[in-house]
Amino acid sequence: MNGLTFLIPIALGMGALGLAAFFWAMRDSQFEDLDGAAQRILIDDPEDQQ
Amino acid sequence: MSVHATIEGTAPHLVDTRFTVPGIRCAGCIATIERGLAKVEGVDSVRVNFSAKRVAVRHVDSLSDDALIGALEDLGYEAQPVAANPLATDDAEAKSLLRALAVAGFGMMNIMLLSVSVWSGAGGVTRELFHWLSALIALPVIAYSGRPFFSSALMALRHRRTNMDVPISIGVILASGLSLYETVIGGEDAYFDGAVMLLFFLLAGRALDASMRNRTRAGIGALLSRMGKRAHILGADGSTRVLDADDLEPGMLMQVAVGEALAADGIIEKGDTAIDNAMLTGESAPQPAATGDVVHAGAINLGNPVDVRITAVASDTVLAEIARLMDEAGQSRSQYVRIADRASRLYAPAVHSLALLAFIGWMVAGAGWHFSLTVAIAVLIITCPCAMGLAVPAAQVVASGALAKKGLLVKDGSALERLAEVDTALFDKTGTLTLGEPVPNITALSDEQKAIAMGLAQASRHPLSLGLSRALAAEGVVPAEIESVVEESGSGVTGRIGGRKVALARSFVATEGPSTALQIDGASTTIAFTDQLRPDAREALAQLSLMGVESRVISGDRSSAVDALAAKLGIAGQGEIRPEGKLALLEELRSRGLHPLMVGDGINDGPALAAAHASIAPGTASDVSQQAADAVFLGRGLMPVAHAVRVARRTMSIVRQNFGFAIGYNILAVPLALLGMVTPLIAAIAMSLSSLVVVGNSLRLAKEGR
Repeated sequence: MNGLTFLIPIALGMGALGLAAFFWAMRDSQFEDLDGAAQRILIDDPEDQQ
Repeated sequence: MSVHATIEGTAPHLVDTRFTVPGIRCAGCIATIERGLAKVEGVDSVRVNFSAKRVAVRHVDSLSDDALIGALEDLGYEAQPVAANPLATDDAEAKSLLRALAVAGFGMMNIMLLSVSVWSGAGGVTRELFHWLSALIALPVIAYSGRPFFSSALMALRHRRTNMDVPISIGVILASGLSLYETVIGGEDAYFDGAVMLLFFLLAGRALDASMRNRTRAGIGALLSRMGKRAHILGADGSTRVLDADDLEPGMLMQVAVGEALAADGIIEKGDTAIDNAMLTGESAPQPAATGDVVHAGAINLGNPVDVRITAVASDTVLAEIARLMDEAGQSRSQYVRIADRASRLYAPAVHSLALLAFIGWMVAGAGWHFSLTVAIAVLIITCPCAMGLAVPAAQVVASGALAKKGLLVKDGSALERLAEVDTALFDKTGTLTLGEPVPNITALSDEQKAIAMGLAQASRHPLSLGLSRALAAEGVVPAEIESVVEESGSGVTGRIGGRKVALARSFVATEGPSTALQIDGASTTIAFTDQLRPDAREALAQLSLMGVESRVISGDRSSAVDALAAKLGIAGQGEIRPEGKLALLEELRSRGLHPLMVGDGINDGPALAAAHASIAPGTASDVSQQAADAVFLGRGLMPVAHAVRVARRTMSIVRQNFGFAIGYNILAVPLALLGMVTPLIAAIAMSLSSLVVVGNSLRLAKEGR
C-alpha cells in the first residue's frame, strides 16, 4: 500500500507527460506534412556538398 | 494585420501566399523549390507541404504572385495561387479528433492499469481506492473525449432522429453514472475501463476517417481564382487605371496584355490575337480571335494586346457558370448515403430496443433495478460498434495507402465505395487518354531545317512551339541563330538568317492533328503534330472491360480527332461536347441506372467530374479538376485508373467481411450480455479482440500496393 502512494502518481505523471508531448508536437504542426517529413530525410545538406 | 509599413526604413511588410504545385513528387522537388525560391529577391521563407502539394511563400508585399509563379516555372514547376487556406476548417476538425483520441488513450491506459489490479484480486480498501482513482481519471477524460459523440447525438435527437452516436452516448453516460454510484457505495464492479476504451476505439475510427477525407478538400473558389484578378480599364480620355475584377462593370473597355488572363467576358473591339481557351473547351490549340469575337473570362491572351468591351462580369461570366454547374453537380453526389450511415440506421434502433427489452425483462423477472440496469448497460457496451465503427475507415485507409503506392491519390473515403460500383467509364481525350503534349513528326527534316525550326520555336510560348523545341532538344539539335525574330499571333514566328526569310507559320495542309509550316525562303515543309496516347491506355481499357466496365471517349475537341482516337482504341467516341453536354450525358446514363466514372483533366470537365458517380483526374490536370475529382493519378500511365476500380471493389468486399464479422460478434455476445453473464473483463477483451480482427482483416488490402 505504501508503494502505491508514489508509484501511482509516477504512472499517471508519465502518462500525462506523454500526452503533453503529443499536444506540443501537434501544436508545433509536426503532423501537417507526414509524407514530406519522410521525403526530407533524403535531401542533402547544401554545406555537405562543398 | 495588413497594415502596410509606411515609415521609411522600417522592415518591409511580409505577406504569405500559397501555391498549388502538382509537380512535387520527390525529395528533390522539395529541395529545388525551397532553395530556388529562397534565392529570389524579396522572398523571406519557403515551405513545401508535400502531402498537400502546396508551397507556402513568405515574401515582401511588392513581389507579385505572377513573379513568384514565373520563378516557380523557371525551376520547372507549374503553379497556381490558392486562396488563403481552404483546408483550415477541415484541419481543425481532424485535430480536435486527434486530441480527443490522445486523451482517451491516456485515460484508457491508466484506468486499465488500475482495473487489472482489481480483477486480479485487489479487495477492500485498495479496491475502493482504485475505483476512486479510476473515477478521477475517467470522468474528465469522458467529458473531454466524448464531446464529438455527445454533440452529434444531441444534434440527432434535436432533429428527432437517431444515429450511431446515440447508443454510444447513452451507453457511456449510463455506464459512468452507474460506476460512480458503485464507487460511492463501495460496490464490487466499476465500468470506467469499458466506457473509456469504447471511446478510444471509436475515436480511432473517426480519426482514421477524417484523415482520409481531409487529404485534399477545397472549394469551388479554386475555379474562380483562374479568372483574371484585375484589369486595366481604358478611360474615355485615354488614361488607364487598374480595377479589381469585382469592381468591373459591363460596358467598360479593358486593355488585355499578352499573357494576361481575362477578368470578364467581352467582345474584342480592337486588335487581332490568339486566345488560349483550353479551360472552356478543352481544345489545346490556341484559337485566333479578331475584332468582334467574343472572349471569356479565364481565357489567356497569347497573341497581341487587345481592347475588350466588357459584356459580363463576376457571377455572370461563363466561368462562373461552370463553377455553379459544378457546385450543383457536387451536391447531387453528396446525397450518396455512405455505407456506414446505412448500417447505423439499422443498428442504432436495434441496440436501443434490445437494451430496453433487457432492462424491462429483468425487472419483470424480479431481478431488481440495479441488476437490470447493469445488464442493459452491458448490452449497450458489448454491442459497442467498435468493430462496426472501424469496419469502413480501417479498410479505406489501408486501401488508399496501397493505391498511393501505385500512383493514385484517393481524396475521399466514400470515393472508394462509389468507385467500386462504376460500370461505365467516360474518358476525356486531350491530357487524359493522351499525354496532352503535342509531339511533332520531325523525321523528314534535314539537319539545317531542324536547326532553323529550333531557333524559331524557342522564341515562342505557343504550345506547338514548346512541343517542337522539346522534341528537337531531345535530339540534341543546336538552334540556328536567327535575327529579328517577330511573333505574330495567329500566323506564327518569322525571322531572318543572313538574307533568307524563315518562318514557322500556320499550316493550311490538312493533317489529322495540328500542324505547322516551316518556311525557308518561300519553300514550305509541313510538320505534323500528334498527341501521343498514354503508353498503357489500351491495356488499362482492356482491364476495365475485363471488370465489366465499358469505356467511351467524350471530349470538347473536334469530332474528327475524337473519332480517330476512339476508332484506334476500339471504343465509342463523341466529340465537340460542351460542359453542359457532358452533364446531360451523365444524367442520361444515371437515369438508365448506370454508375458512370468520369476521367478528365480540363476545367471544362469540372462539372462532369463533380456530377459523375465517381471521378478521377490526372496529376497534370487543372487545379479545379483535381479538386472536383475523387482521386488523382500521377505519372504517364493510365493503369492507375484500372487499379483504382479493382482495389475499390476489393475494399468493398473487405468492408462487407468486416461488417459480417461485427454482426456475427454481436450475435454471439448479445445473448451472453442479455443473460447477465458478461463481466467487465470479458467485455473488455471481447471489444478489443473484435476491433483487432477488423483491423487485421483490413490490412490484407496492403498487399494490393505491391
